[in-house]
Amino acid sequence: MHKMIYLDNAATTRVKPEVFDAMRPYLEEQYGNPATSYTFGGNINNDIETARQTIAGFIGAESKEIYFTSGGSESDNWALKGAASALKAKGHHIITSKIEHHAVLHTCQYLEKNGYEVTYVNVDDNGVVDLQQLEASIRPDTILISIMFANNEIGTIQPVKEIADIAHKHGVLFHTDAVQAYGHVEINVKDMGIDMMSVSGHKINAPKGIGFLYIRSGVYIDTLIHGGAQERGKRAGTTNVPGVIGLAKATELAKTTLSARRDYETGLRDHLISRIETEIPYSRLNGHRTQRLSNNTNFCFRFIEGESLLILLDRAGICGSSGSACSSGSLDPSHVLLAIGLPHEIAHGSLRLTVSEDTTLEEIDYAVDQLKEIVERLRSMSPLYEDFVKKQEAK
Amino acid sequence: MSQVTEYSDKVMDHFMHPRNVGEMENPSGVGTVGNAKCGDIMRMYLDIDDQGIVRDAKFKTFGCGAAVATSSMATELVRGKTIQEAMAVTNKAVMEALDGLPKVKIHCSLLAEQAIHAALWDYAEKHGIKIDGLKPPVNDIDETDEFCKMTDA
Repeated sequence: MHKMIYLDNAATTRVKPEVFDAMRPYLEEQYGNPATSYTFGGNINNDIETARQTIAGFIGAESKEIYFTSGGSESDNWALKGAASALKAKGHHIITSKIEHHAVLHTCQYLEKNGYEVTYVNVDDNGVVDLQQLEASIRPDTILISIMFANNEIGTIQPVKEIADIAHKHGVLFHTDAVQAYGHVEINVKDMGIDMMSVSGHKINAPKGIGFLYIRSGVYIDTLIHGGAQERGKRAGTTNVPGVIGLAKATELAKTTLSARRDYETGLRDHLISRIETEIPYSRLNGHRTQRLSNNTNFCFRFIEGESLLILLDRAGICGSSGSACSSGSLDPSHVLLAIGLPHEIAHGSLRLTVSEDTTLEEIDYAVDQLKEIVERLRSMSPLYEDFVKKQEAK
Repeated sequence: MSQVTEYSDKVMDHFMHPRNVGEMENPSGVGTVGNAKCGDIMRMYLDIDDQGIVRDAKFKTFGCGAAVATSSMATELVRGKTIQEAMAVTNKAVMEALDGLPKVKIHCSLLAEQAIHAALWDYAEKHGIKIDGLKPPVNDIDETDEFCKMTDA
């Protein structure tokens, strides 16, 4: 079998050797609890603060505005629940989009059960949030707008600055889930007017279990994790020191490579898109063609189902992901694909392939060659394709 | 795709090497069940001789690994059987023959049973006979032709 080709970098990434090397001393030697007062193997607190500065600098924030968390889901939960609770005297209305990550959507559903109202704004067929509807949804009791920076399934990048401007025009707080965008897209929280931003480390070659929430100075939200006085008393729990150091190292690397990496990945991505579009009939690119993450491709292949596709790709040594119901364990296909207007049966046949700077053109070509055969094979077994061909012949 | 790793070797074998895939010219009975909206459609073709023996069975399936494997196994189980024996190929029988299915995939085996019944119903209708215990199939296939942005190479 061909070696494993990893095309699921939106799911997670490998920890880079430089990142692991930076973390290692904090696992093996400087393992002291940073909340203690002895100096044990160096000044760990200084190292944490240096890491915080590196991260803050990358997004144009102050280091005191960075709060380390366990990752994207915690950051999203904290931002939404913390703002909802802190601002309940002002109102109970939140605006988000239909294509958010479940960390936001399910938190919104939880808040709805607890007396809050949520408006889920539509997106167009490219997955871009409807700004007119967004603005029209704002009410006097609206306390928060939460719109993701870039979508995890279809890669569409939202007009974040415009959304922030709309929110602020009406005096509403703006949170963005930037889990897929951080390290891939230039972000300046001040220029863009972001009040809160969720980030996860493992999407950019840091380990799993570390992330942060950026909270602009002057924004007050309630605490989610109560306990010790870590993170300026806002987020309890012994600091994940190796994680923090790893996230800072990964951020540093991401900053250095961002523009070259984006160009390289965009080249791979567009090659992949163009080969699929020319060589596999009845396929459809999901998401915006240009306003999309450089590493993301998402296609629907008509007449076939995603899980079958994934198993056969896996057998060919290719790791991808699908928004089909079968691969998600629910009955409905991806909410994102339904929100961009795809019928259920077509949304079932989706495939997301996400590249990295380690991906080669050769790997992409091999993947497309395999994909062509697999799609053809599954179509030859599909009663939907059989009916379609017969209809075409009858014409 | 956590449940994929839960597939038995037999399920994987029938998915990777499905038996009796294809169409049939002038079948004695053909039935299509399932719903594209839910992500599974099975079509089963039966060739039944004058003695009421299933001489051949073919299938086509749109669906997940388990859907393909259960259709494949269902065709294997009905071949060579009498109509009454084919009626007795239940979803449980299909599942057992595949060494089990993950819980979330049990509906696939039900679909396989329904596909057999739908094909038998079609056969009974065409030949003006009545098969004991056979109910008319529920057909709610819903395939949209609208798909404006598809490439049509």
